[in-house]
Amino acid sequence: MSNDDQILEEFTSKEYEFGWTVDLEADEAPKGLNEDIVRFISAKKDEPQWLLEWRLDAFKKWKEMKEPTWPNVHYPKIDYQDIKYYSAPKKGAAPKSLDEVDPELIATFEKLGISLTEQKRLTGVAVDAVIDSVSVATTFKDTLAELGIIFCSFSEAVKDHPELIRKHMGSVVPVNDNYFAALNSAVFSDGSFAYIPKGVRCPMELSTYFRINAANTGQFERTLIVAEEGSYVSYLEGCTAPQRDENQLHAAVVEIKAATNAEVKYSTVQNWFPGDKNGKGGIYNFVTKRGICEGDHSKISWTQVETGSAVTWKYPSCILKGDYSVGEFYSVAVTNNYQQADTGTKMIHIGKNTKSRIVSKGISAGKSQNSYRGQVQVMKRADNARNHSQCDSLLMGDQCGAHTFPYIDIENQSAQVEHEATTSKIGEDQIFYCQQRGIDEESAVALIVNGYAKEVLKQLPMEFAVEAQKLLALTLEGSVG
Amino acid sequence: MKEIAGNTIISSLTTQFEAFEKQLNGQSKSAVHQVRRAALAQLQTAGLPAARDEEYKFTNLTRALVKNIDFDKSAPAFALESEAIEGVQVEGLDAYKLIFLNGEYNESLSDTISVDGLTVLPFQTALKEKQETVEQYFGKNAALESDPFIAMNTAFSMNGVFIEIADKVVVDKPIALYFIGDSANAQLSYQIRNLVVAGKFTQATIIEKFDTVGGHESFTNVVNEFSVDHNAHIQYFKIENDSDKAYHVSNTYASQEGSSNFTANTIALNGAMVRNNLNIRLDGEGCESHMNGLYVLKGKTHVDNHTVVDHVKANSYSNELYKGIMDDKSRGVFNGKIFVRQDAQKTNAFQSNKNVLLSDNATINTKPQLEIWADDVKCSHGCTTGQLDQDALFYLQARGIQKEKARAILLRAFASDVLENIDNEAIKNYLEAIITERLEA
Amino acid sequence: MLSIKNLQASVEEKEILRGINLEVKAGEVHAIMGPNGSGKSTLASVLAGKEDYEVTGGEVDFMGKDLLEFDADVRAREGVFLAFQYPVEIPGVSTTNFMKTALNQIREHHGEKPLDAVSFLKRMKEKMKLVEIDQSLLSRSLNEGFSGGEKKRNEIFQMAMLEPKLAILDETDSGLDIDALRIVANGVNALKSKENATIVVTHYQRLLDYIVPDYVHVLYKGRIVKSGTKDLALELEEKGYDWIKEEAEAQA
Repeated sequence: MSNDDQILEEFTSKEYEFGWTVDLEADEAPKGLNEDIVRFISAKKDEPQWLLEWRLDAFKKWKEMKEPTWPNVHYPKIDYQDIKYYSAPKKGAAPKSLDEVDPELIATFEKLGISLTEQKRLTGVAVDAVIDSVSVATTFKDTLAELGIIFCSFSEAVKDHPELIRKHMGSVVPVNDNYFAALNSAVFSDGSFAYIPKGVRCPMELSTYFRINAANTGQFERTLIVAEEGSYVSYLEGCTAPQRDENQLHAAVVEIKAATNAEVKYSTVQNWFPGDKNGKGGIYNFVTKRGICEGDHSKISWTQVETGSAVTWKYPSCILKGDYSVGEFYSVAVTNNYQQADTGTKMIHIGKNTKSRIVSKGISAGKSQNSYRGQVQVMKRADNARNHSQCDSLLMGDQCGAHTFPYIDIENQSAQVEHEATTSKIGEDQIFYCQQRGIDEESAVALIVNGYAKEVLKQLPMEFAVEAQKLLALTLEGSVG
Repeated sequence: MKEIAGNTIISSLTTQFEAFEKQLNGQSKSAVHQVRRAALAQLQTAGLPAARDEEYKFTNLTRALVKNIDFDKSAPAFALESEAIEGVQVEGLDAYKLIFLNGEYNESLSDTISVDGLTVLPFQTALKEKQETVEQYFGKNAALESDPFIAMNTAFSMNGVFIEIADKVVVDKPIALYFIGDSANAQLSYQIRNLVVAGKFTQATIIEKFDTVGGHESFTNVVNEFSVDHNAHIQYFKIENDSDKAYHVSNTYASQEGSSNFTANTIALNGAMVRNNLNIRLDGEGCESHMNGLYVLKGKTHVDNHTVVDHVKANSYSNELYKGIMDDKSRGVFNGKIFVRQDAQKTNAFQSNKNVLLSDNATINTKPQLEIWADDVKCSHGCTTGQLDQDALFYLQARGIQKEKARAILLRAFASDVLENIDNEAIKNYLEAIITERLEA
Repeated sequence: MLSIKNLQASVEEKEILRGINLEVKAGEVHAIMGPNGSGKSTLASVLAGKEDYEVTGGEVDFMGKDLLEFDADVRAREGVFLAFQYPVEIPGVSTTNFMKTALNQIREHHGEKPLDAVSFLKRMKEKMKLVEIDQSLLSRSLNEGFSGGEKKRNEIFQMAMLEPKLAILDETDSGLDIDALRIVANGVNALKSKENATIVVTHYQRLLDYIVPDYVHVLYKGRIVKSGTKDLALELEEKGYDWIKEEAEAQA
């Protein structure tokens, strides 16, 4: 075995660090999906009639839709009747304060490195923790409330702020937008809601941590962020799941609305269980994320570090409707073993003088397939639209694939659109150079990969950047091609 | 039978096929005819590209053909004056010339070629005289299922040229194929099939030029198959300058053996709707492929270039440069795929697509794609769309150059990258003249 | 310090080093000269542990340890430094970050604690002066977009930072103008001490005007065919390599 093969071998036998389950007693729906299940979920959450009808409408539409086949990913047919659509940790009613939260749960999040106890808080990060399908704790609520910021679980928001939810839910991602969005709309169980009132700069990072715990359970959360005129918020999302033999389904919807002069930064570190080294198990991650820059001079920025999931299908997008609005997409997607990722973005330029920027860094190792798929669309009336896209792929080993599918559609002559893509590998000469300075091979790879992904990583808030760097290093230890 | 796209066209064609088959007598058992039958069957089951077909997403040729072309009509007689025939030829081009009028080979207008080791025959003649070679290569590179228009062409094309170049033969002059259509009095539709078999260490340049003259609709469907053996150097030009009502689709498939060099220059200047598929398979080590493309569009012209470069073996190089200028209500579509297979280590593959839109009613849809399965490769693609550099325009104007002229100078400069790559002076001058005239108009 | 005995190495089955013998003691400067293709750079790379080269025979003892047993990174930690002829570019990794990682791994190897940020910066400032290198250069991606001179100065800066026992300078003079050459040479001279040693690999005598060697060896066809003092370098400059080749061919 050559040195390279040996290192690859070591790398591919790396275990998933977050693969433990917690024995939590859960309140579950039976397997399968039908109208009764939708009603069951709605009833469990004590929802108003309009929301039940909204769900039923979505379910009806979903039944008529077909699962998309165009992504460059392959997986066995999902049996939607073999999944549980609701699972909540059993512990009475929703906790009023952290003292009421199951200590086992708190321990779960501590294990993940997320502290829910405000005394030991992460500096300036408010956390909403969602386990399986239910939000279990939201920190810093009171501090935020003083500024008029609403940050709570989606179910709470339905109860406490129905007018906001009714107004905005489904307005960016319509119920029938796509197969998985429709499914989510029918069965979503919880998620996070953030509302930043006019002129308010949210003083801390808002963060949601998602974890799938129960077996055979799908997770279908919804996030809605509404940033009113002149407001600012930075939002973080992290995900993990236990190691299980069977595949689990995750179909989330995220909607963002930015009014005039508002800015929303949305960062994700996705580390769902990717399956074992033989491709067994892992999360199917089908996510619809979209933001609309409604007002002039508004800005939405997506940053994602995608290291987990067996299959990822995800295109955080921006509709640049307001004049002078800005959309950004920064992504690092790492795939290893049998992982498949088809991810990218859509930048839809509608307003005048709109700008977008895309930086995508794909890293493929093992037998994985990593695709970038992105669209830049400049509508007829979008004068002076600007876009720059940079899509790089790094390959490690000759068993993996890197694919780039940009779609560029322009109907306005004043548009300036540039797209660049490169494919390369980590050079043996680069590794030797590092080694000659005393750095071991694994650290060298980590150093080079982090350098490669730096443009994206530096977009992350500090706490996340460190986590993301560690995650990259961990995932790619010793993988030399 | 389930509903397929282009049903009416296919049933017209089926009737024609049956009539054609009856005339064949003994020939209907020939290998070539079996391929034709399979092609018809393929067309009957798969149909023409449907509206949702990803490969024809922006170019709904099926709808355009159903609406505009009557496939029951036979080709009208060719009635253009000899001046018109002269007029479409490249001035000053020293070449072996073959003339096709409304798709049919015209012997009296064409040159007689006698070069040792070079066989140039009308397709029909080749079917009889070179049966074995034709059977060996016909439909081998252009697979029936890869494009419905290949299937259509394979079933129906009776005309075109067969070129065989024996090992080590260097063809001293380019071979120019002029396809001239007369749609002045009636609609015109024809299909062309060219087969080029280039042996080891050969060298040749093949030029195709398509011109349709007249005010009626026309449809041309062309398939070219190039087989490029070891160390062969083959250059291919396609210059298309049709009438405003011309619908044109071409499929050019080349496969390259080791150390060979293939260059394709694809120039589209006019037409109603033009679709060019260029597929190159680098099936040996040390191959080199160059793809140059230029589309200069006005009016409602719609030009769609789809290219595929498939790197199968190691140590090869491909370079692609397509540039487009779109004015008025024209639309440009570019779709370029680079595949680098697992065994194709040390591949260098580059692709660039650059566009200028001159009007708010012009559109460009571009999709450059990389699909890579080998790690030790250098691949990149880039594409840009923009308008003319306003600073440069102002600079020229400030030096006293009239705005329209300044614009033309800059556009010509934009197009020159592609023209510079053309290493045939006569063709280069010819194209430069057309483009300059167009841009200054 | 370094003792090379009958070292043989090949690359892709092609024999390049055919039995090198060399003794380097602490405090000494050795120059290795020779025509193109004589194996000079191969010797440097083999000592640093580049995997492309296969050692087919011989021994290398470095301060009592078998150098050939170690991977490249361990050799570096033991104190072997190679200043590359063509320093590699690493996008997104700053020289500062790179040096911090390297220095701390070397310290860990010797059972030392990592340097705190203040001491690290202090050390950097000090060494920067030595090679007249600018802070802004060190914050940029490693060697990316550096001029030839900047790359070479960066190599000597790294050498200063890591304080190796044995420094091997592989064609450090190639592509340098006279000012850059002077800066690089001053750096090397300033770092010279009784405890460390330097091997200068070069094609031209020019560099040796600035870094004065104690011994000069001529490499030809994978062997050291002649050794002498710095005068030998001058003789080579004057007469070229042909007479060496002839002598060597005659002996063979």
